[in-house]
Amino acid sequence: MTTIEREPETTELYPDHFEPPHGPAWRVVFGPGLFRGLWLAAAFFGAGALLVAGLRFWWGWDPVWNWEIIVTIAGMVMAPIGFLGGIGAFDYWIYYFVGRPTRPEDHSGHGAYSWKDYFRVNTDHKVIGIQYLVTTFAFFVIGGLMAMFFRAELARPGLQFMGSQTFNGLVSAHATLMIFLFIIPAFAGIANFVVPLMLGAPDMAFPRLNALSYWLLPIAGVMFLTSFLAPGGSFATGWTAYAPLAEGQPMGQTFFNMGVQWAGASSVMTALNFLVTIITMRAPGLTFWRMPLLVWANFTTSLLVVIATPFIAGSQFFVLFDRVMHTDFFIPSGGGYALGYQHIFWFYSHPAVYIMMLPGFGIVSEVISSHARKPIFGYRLMALSLVGIVVLGFSVWAHHMFVAGMADWLRIPMMITTLLIAVPTGIKVFSWVATLWRGRIHLTTPMLFALGFVTMFMIGGLSGIYLAAVPIDIHASDTYFVVAHIHYVLFGGSVFTIFAGIYFWYPKMTGRMYDERLGKLHFWLTFVSFNATFFPMHYIGLRGMPRRVFDYDKAFGDVNFFITIASFVLGASVVVFIYNMSESWVRGKVAPANPWRANTLEWQVSSPPPVFNFDEIPQVVGGPYEYGVPGARHAVLRTAETREREEVHA
Amino acid sequence: MRKGIVQLVAIGIVIGVCVSLVAVLFKWLPTSDSVQFDRITDVYWMATIISIAIFTIVTSVIVFSVWKFRVPLDDDADGPPIHGNTGLEIAWTAVPAILVLAIGIVSAVVLAKNGEAGSNPLQVNVTGQQFEWKFSYPSYGNFTTAELVLPAGQTTKFSLTSVDVIHAIWVPQFAQQQDAVPGITTTIYVTPKRPGQFAVICTELCGLGHATMRAKALVLTPAQFARWVKVQRKK
Repeated sequence: MTTIEREPETTELYPDHFEPPHGPAWRVVFGPGLFRGLWLAAAFFGAGALLVAGLRFWWGWDPVWNWEIIVTIAGMVMAPIGFLGGIGAFDYWIYYFVGRPTRPEDHSGHGAYSWKDYFRVNTDHKVIGIQYLVTTFAFFVIGGLMAMFFRAELARPGLQFMGSQTFNGLVSAHATLMIFLFIIPAFAGIANFVVPLMLGAPDMAFPRLNALSYWLLPIAGVMFLTSFLAPGGSFATGWTAYAPLAEGQPMGQTFFNMGVQWAGASSVMTALNFLVTIITMRAPGLTFWRMPLLVWANFTTSLLVVIATPFIAGSQFFVLFDRVMHTDFFIPSGGGYALGYQHIFWFYSHPAVYIMMLPGFGIVSEVISSHARKPIFGYRLMALSLVGIVVLGFSVWAHHMFVAGMADWLRIPMMITTLLIAVPTGIKVFSWVATLWRGRIHLTTPMLFALGFVTMFMIGGLSGIYLAAVPIDIHASDTYFVVAHIHYVLFGGSVFTIFAGIYFWYPKMTGRMYDERLGKLHFWLTFVSFNATFFPMHYIGLRGMPRRVFDYDKAFGDVNFFITIASFVLGASVVVFIYNMSESWVRGKVAPANPWRANTLEWQVSSPPPVFNFDEIPQVVGGPYEYGVPGARHAVLRTAETREREEVHA
Repeated sequence: MRKGIVQLVAIGIVIGVCVSLVAVLFKWLPTSDSVQFDRITDVYWMATIISIAIFTIVTSVIVFSVWKFRVPLDDDADGPPIHGNTGLEIAWTAVPAILVLAIGIVSAVVLAKNGEAGSNPLQVNVTGQQFEWKFSYPSYGNFTTAELVLPAGQTTKFSLTSVDVIHAIWVPQFAQQQDAVPGITTTIYVTPKRPGQFAVICTELCGLGHATMRAKALVLTPAQFARWVKVQRKK
């Protein structure tokens, strides 16, 4: 466990240390924590249910107990607020708001002193980063198991052992969990841990907001999962949830509509926090052109999140209003426009692809530069290409709609902008490769994943060219070719970079080294089974197999059987990873402060870093990747010892 | 260094040949049974050649680098401090831009041609409904069938709509796909090349029966088609 020994003089440092006025039993029930979270959630649910039923009774509406409405209001709005209040996410603000004396800022919510602190509202960015990562990997495993279930179903044509509702539900929940509860927040977790350290900052700009945005996440996850218990089954319209299909669905769809709101709110809050942190809390000397590319990546990603996420929130609210309040946003018979949903949805969900990719670009830049012992090739162009992707990323959404029946004239401009995104992306790939050239390459697990990423992501990018070309897309749209493409981009792309990032910063996060042999085994298992699973999907897609079907032409039976076996191996490879991570956390070799001899600031402090990161704010004096430049330094750090020495000399 | 270049080129040739074999030996596309598909096949090969070239260049440099520049983990020297190369950076910005624009231009031309109705198109109205297709022939008294029957050699103009949710019509051998959207009418053109029997597949998730929303498509010679129309009108 990454816990810190509490220093004995803590209470003296903070003489106003908050002393709870009540006994331990009172604190368990009424003090902030999971227990209060649960009973307050139940109480808020009850209050919401009574409110809905009371109003319906008063207006004489039948039935009084309309569960569709009660679940929406009481279950998905009130209960989460009760839970958040219960665990203490609002305590400080409520005290301040009602005029009670706020607890003196004693930093008791900072740092983790025992494993229990990971289950509390904690304002330390390093603790929140690990909370994010452990939570997201739990959902990664659940989402992966779902995929293995429906792959088992797909091993043979025809319906084997699950109903079509279950199949569609599993497909939808798999994608939803992987996107909203794994890839996006896993990057937020890594960035939460690393970015403030890279900036030379003691924490994020808004630590309480940071804690709140983490705790919104499990709420969204629980909603997506409990939808399987809803009458009529889980949401089953794909993660895209196109209207008007989503309008007429059973209650499970509401769980999706509202789950997306909580996950989206979480990412918007985090992104705002990153933007303010990166703009205002850079160490002296850390100009934009000296920022590590991971910081650049999270800066640009946060811009995308803040601008785009409100659109998916809107799209889901409109569907919810259509379903619950009988509005007609997307219902043609009521004057609505069915394609309107897709325009709004993709205006978020295409930039979301870059939200799921740019942080990975940042991670890979860090790994490749430090492991090839060379400055990143073309640093400024690397940073500018991120900005280029952000700008272009907002002008390509309709390439998801080439066969949707939208205005014809939109196809060509959207195709051109889509194709042009290959340019900044290509710049990145070529620059990584050029960084390798004549380097001194250390082939550790993070480097293997980084190189695996470059090749796999390139395949995803090249199949993207096929899909961008409208005539080919008119053939390949909504087939397994698209499934292959997005898995090369999101698994071979994003997930490989998440693995690279976790292996890379594992020593910093835990203070332990992971097992290198198991890491390599994990990489090769993943790399081979990933390709065996997803590459044949290009083939069956082009040959005529549509996506999201439980039944298919018998001609595809053998290939699908092969894919299913490969996907089980891919699932098994995750077991190696999780064993390595948990075993090494307890028994791994103690990690040095800077095992990769990297230059960026997070490696200049101990592993794991002290509670407030730096004894003194560092002074940045040069670029972050000056490997091989004689005498070059990224930053000058003064620790307690050097300060003491200086004082003695004075 | 010259030896290094030779080795790099050798790796490139091996990878390039392997990837090209994968592209050629497998039959990635269904047999083309429409004029539109023939044109799409041209764009497909153009994209494939460019993809093979880029993939080969990048992977050979990676493989070569890992092979040549790998050092033991306890090596603590640094590489040469190369920060960039403006000429190279301009080149790999400009060349991909030109290549993708070329694909874009070819695609735009093919798209325009595939959207041409020809002189005398056969009109077929398609209605999607959970979970079946209805095809009607307005120029022949508007009779309605559950299977799609088309004459070979003549362009058919499909006008699609839906009565409930979004569906999409696709015959893989025609390579033309179009959503059927409630509230609006969408259009797609197909010119079947020869008689045959195909499957009409719904490609837009439309509910629990989506996977089984199939219909039969039959392409007949013009004479057979005329006979079939006569039979249908009598019904």
